[in-house]
Amino acid sequence: MSQIAFPTPDPAILARADAIRAALPALLPRECIVTDEAGRRAFETDALTAYRRLPLAVILPRTTEEVAASLRFCREQGVNIVPRGAGTSLAGGAVPQEDAIVIGLSKMNRVLEINYADRYARVEAGVTNLAISDAVGENGFFYAPDPSSQLACTIGGNIAMNSGGAHCLKYGVTSNNLMGVRLVMFDGEILDLGGPALDAGGLDFLGLICGAEGQLGIVTEAIVRILPLAEGARPVLFGFDNAEDASRCVAAVIGAGIVPVAMEYMDRLAIEITEDFAHAGYPLDVEAMLIIESEGSVPEIDAEQKRILDIARAHNVRVVKESMSAMESAQIWKGRKSAFGATGRIADYICMDGTVPTGQLPEALRRVAQICADEGLRVANVFHAGDGNMHPLILYNMNDPLEQEKAERAGARVLEMSVELGGCLTGEHGVGIEKRDLMSKQFTPQEIAQQKGVRAVFDPDGRFNPAKVFPLTERAA
Amino acid sequence: MSNALSPENELEAAEIVRTTQGPFDIVGGGTRPGLGRPRSGQPLSSAKLTGIVFHEPAEMTLRARAGTPLSEVEASLAKAGQMLPFEPLDPRALFATSGEPTVGGLVATAIPGPRRVSAGAVRDNVLGVRLVNGRGEVVSAGGRVMKNVTGLDLVKIMCGAQGTLGFLTEATFKLLPAPRAEATVVIRRLDDARAVEAMARALSSPHGVSGAATIHSGMGREFPRTLLRVEGFAESVTYRAESLIALLAEFGAKHALEGEDSKRMWRSIRDGAFLSQPRERAVWRASLKPSDAPVALAVLGGAAHTSLMDHGGGCLWFSTDPTLAAASAVRAALGRFAGHVHLIRAPEDLRARADVFPPLSLALARLTRGVKASFDPEGRFNPGRMYADI
Repeated sequence: MSQIAFPTPDPAILARADAIRAALPALLPRECIVTDEAGRRAFETDALTAYRRLPLAVILPRTTEEVAASLRFCREQGVNIVPRGAGTSLAGGAVPQEDAIVIGLSKMNRVLEINYADRYARVEAGVTNLAISDAVGENGFFYAPDPSSQLACTIGGNIAMNSGGAHCLKYGVTSNNLMGVRLVMFDGEILDLGGPALDAGGLDFLGLICGAEGQLGIVTEAIVRILPLAEGARPVLFGFDNAEDASRCVAAVIGAGIVPVAMEYMDRLAIEITEDFAHAGYPLDVEAMLIIESEGSVPEIDAEQKRILDIARAHNVRVVKESMSAMESAQIWKGRKSAFGATGRIADYICMDGTVPTGQLPEALRRVAQICADEGLRVANVFHAGDGNMHPLILYNMNDPLEQEKAERAGARVLEMSVELGGCLTGEHGVGIEKRDLMSKQFTPQEIAQQKGVRAVFDPDGRFNPAKVFPLTERAA
Repeated sequence: MSNALSPENELEAAEIVRTTQGPFDIVGGGTRPGLGRPRSGQPLSSAKLTGIVFHEPAEMTLRARAGTPLSEVEASLAKAGQMLPFEPLDPRALFATSGEPTVGGLVATAIPGPRRVSAGAVRDNVLGVRLVNGRGEVVSAGGRVMKNVTGLDLVKIMCGAQGTLGFLTEATFKLLPAPRAEATVVIRRLDDARAVEAMARALSSPHGVSGAATIHSGMGREFPRTLLRVEGFAESVTYRAESLIALLAEFGAKHALEGEDSKRMWRSIRDGAFLSQPRERAVWRASLKPSDAPVALAVLGGAAHTSLMDHGGGCLWFSTDPTLAAASAVRAALGRFAGHVHLIRAPEDLRARADVFPPLSLALARLTRGVKASFDPEGRFNPGRMYADI
């Protein structure tokens, strides 16, 4: 069965579960509380659907003060807390447990302030990623990090996981675009970190919060940078006969001093799966495809793409397909961003997220293929080539326990390989429960202890999102 | 520094921290001795931890040991046509020091330059660090890849921690291609409010402005100059400079500085060179909302002898008398604005008595103490450098 272990729920909490649920209506109005079993089912997992646990209760606060009251309640009751945005985590970051209360931020979904003069937006944590760009788009601005789930995922979840996206190569990830947060601490204290100025003084606590996977407190509001939209953008598809040429082309583009706004890689299987779904006009007879997008005015895009084309030719590109219209560009990106969803139509899959130094990409792709072949599984590769953030989608059948075991074993070997090649376990999805027990592959016991020591400053009782990120039991070094 | 401890490698540094009582005064190239509250303790030097570990141009990454001179890093980058994105401050003009700024010093003090507006701060461009913590353990945080969210991010908090959390031994940077060309559009004689408005319009344009500053009269000219930089391939720079001039015609945008003239101007802004004289004056740096800058400068009034606005108004550099009264007046005047104020340069006795970093709320003081203790339980690294009793 399932490979990922959960700690035994606290029997004392389970014994008091009904009493704890019964106390909630005194805390918040009915519409903010979910206690019936059918209602709680909706919160039992996230996008790591192979794992599910029914939470003790769900609280959906409407204000920061209600979050604070909820945290004080949980502390009095000694109950664990699982913060939740939209539940799109691929790493099990929002998977609850039977002795934990889920605090969902979905009702806190207002854009509070847009300040164009100072180029920031202040939003509640439950606002979706795309809603920020939508709110400022008419005025020529956007919010840069663009995870594939941006239609659904919330800024609170993005902050917890320090989410990335296809356009990070130029614009950075969430932490590079986050100016401030309002954080509710374990004891209900409300604290503002950072703010509407570009840089905060003192120790960089904001840098700790972003990517802490909800283990330091609950973020209820965020101040994010908004950036001016480029004059235009145009993707070009480059098809290659082998992975090596495509990978070397990526390195050569960067080596030539060009940083395109995005460089995405798809292999043959990923192209077939997404083309069948999105009809984006991807070439079907190549082993590897790059989507390289350039930004700027038309002459600037033309000039950059000419440079890239020359480099691609020197790397044996066989198919070149320029987007001829905004609609074609949208189709090309729709294909890329629906790659996971399209894959989900043909099989169950687990999506790995290790990053390797870009120079190691050809070797990494070879090894991924070998690892999956060893297990007799198919793998589709679709990833951010410019930054080496790989996303092998390992296909399997969830209803076949033996296959699930094989898929998870292959996934773990892929991640170990990422670390071996000088990279890391996760580039943008987070550790969650999924990669928790692999942390000791990347960090020494002292390093894990140092991280946990910092965490304990914020959460002395270890109640926020427990049994995530850090290995359940430290192995002997 | 005859009694300086100068480990030859990381393991030796860890050994020293485990076996020496301390407290330690961490030193690198000694080019910014006056940054932070006054120093105490036995010097622990990164002078022998030198060398570039790797520079991978095609990956846009470079790793160097903490004591590596910045000049060595920049020479390697220049060969590959690359740069550190955040334009690190060269502290030698402000502090009247010689010697070589080091990798460790620039990460620990983390003062970003003009390109902050487009390429981020120091912390946005450090991919990984290695350090020795107060228990004498070697801790690696982050790594060498562009995207890494594995575990709690201990990289950013090391940037700008002034060496209070650990002894840095190594840092890995994200790089950018050095621009093949640059140009600076100049607008003369705007008052502060109009200058911030012009800079905001430029920074809100799609033209990729990588520097937006206003230097006041008395800094080379007898009138204020608003400066807007664009960088990139030559054809793109020409196009963007022309577009900016058209966009800002109503402000009187006309000509542009190019090449070396433009570079020299931005180096001076980056280094606070316009404020370095007279030597005895205190120098401050504030980060605030750009739209607050004109009011903040008005409130400071005559207390600020010289000043300039960088980051589109989001960063103020100014100088005052080196007195406690002036320092208190600055904190009182700017306390009502969102952001923070950092006393960059002042005589030692003033740095001992005035708040060098913004005073902490109770909650922030608790977190600061807690994080400090988690790295350095006995409080031996740069004690009191940021706050009197932490």
